[in-house]
Amino acid sequence: MDTDQLIRTLAADNPHRARPVGFALMLALLAAAPVSLLMFFTELGIRPDVMVAMRNPFFDLKFAVTLALAIAAIAVSLHLSRPEASLRGFGWLLLAPVGILTAAIGGEMMMPQRLPMMTRLVGKNWWTCLMAIPLMSLPLLAGALIGLRHGAPARPAVAGAIAGLLSAGLAATLYASHCTDDSPLFVAAWYTIATALVTAIGALAGAKLLRY
Amino acid sequence: MRERDDEWTGLMRSAIAGDSAAYHRLLRAVTPVLRAAARRGLARAGQPVDQSEDIVQDILLAVHLKRHTWDASAPFAPWLFAIARNKLIDALRRRGRRIFVDIDDFAETLPGEAPTETASASEVAAQLQTLPARQRDVLQSIAVDSASIKDTAAKFSMSEGAVRVALHRALASLTAKLREQ
Repeated sequence: MDTDQLIRTLAADNPHRARPVGFALMLALLAAAPVSLLMFFTELGIRPDVMVAMRNPFFDLKFAVTLALAIAAIAVSLHLSRPEASLRGFGWLLLAPVGILTAAIGGEMMMPQRLPMMTRLVGKNWWTCLMAIPLMSLPLLAGALIGLRHGAPARPAVAGAIAGLLSAGLAATLYASHCTDDSPLFVAAWYTIATALVTAIGALAGAKLLRY
Repeated sequence: MRERDDEWTGLMRSAIAGDSAAYHRLLRAVTPVLRAAARRGLARAGQPVDQSEDIVQDILLAVHLKRHTWDASAPFAPWLFAIARNKLIDALRRRGRRIFVDIDDFAETLPGEAPTETASASEVAAQLQTLPARQRDVLQSIAVDSASIKDTAAKFSMSEGAVRVALHRALASLTAKLREQ
């Protein structure tokens, strides 16, 4: 097939309209969410004292951190799905959850505490946290990668890593409603390790799956 | 240069709005620029320049299948050259060379540069043979026999909608096969 023939063929296919990447990403995440929700409600569930916990600002702050991560990562993913885009000018969005978490740690430091710092940091559920967040992330990560395949990222591994952050942020939002460790120190330690793991998986998978 | 970019952006906006003739003109206009850049990239990597047409076709397919990632309020050329650069690096890497492709390879092409003659391309043609029969028939009818969508539909007793779907699927799977090879 010579190039003129190919061009004529592409022109014949011009009426075909692909959906925007944001729409594909949303559909894929909505399809994946029930799997993660099922894992959450069968294995973990919301903590029984949730009504009391909601009066504790540090319980609420966990959601501010995880949702800030998920939303920032969605915005950055969509930006990076364009071939000429780079992290420059957009990467700072990912600092939002770090900023909230740092402020929360500062806030906790200024309050009188019953428990010593190491006890708050290690918490009671660190192992559950390290298992649950990555496992609940996996269906969402698969969904995010499928959705983002509609894009054309210049650096597939970076785009995959951001998809990892996105799915970890969503999974951590679920997990936060189960976990009774509300100290920002616990979040900074264990949520971060779990998120880093998912990000690494996302980068490896993205390098293969997000090439266009 | 500025004029050329504005013209491309205008044509692409018309194409997105449904003007297939504008799309055809745009693809014809960008092809010599892509070809010149592919030749320069191959030459710099010490590869025979007669493989440039495979790279050009690879770029055109990617442009076509990813055109929904172009932001219609942005200029078209930077988007096009980002895809072209990506595909050129890919192609050179596949041929065993790691080199950095300068974005200026594309940008510095003078508007007056004589278009080089169409060299033969073999990769798309080879992958065409591996497509499912229906997709291959439709693609061949439209690409090689220059039949219209309507004529192709009549020839294979399909609806025009089914021909369009088969055509698009054929282009998408062709691109996937080129990527995996």
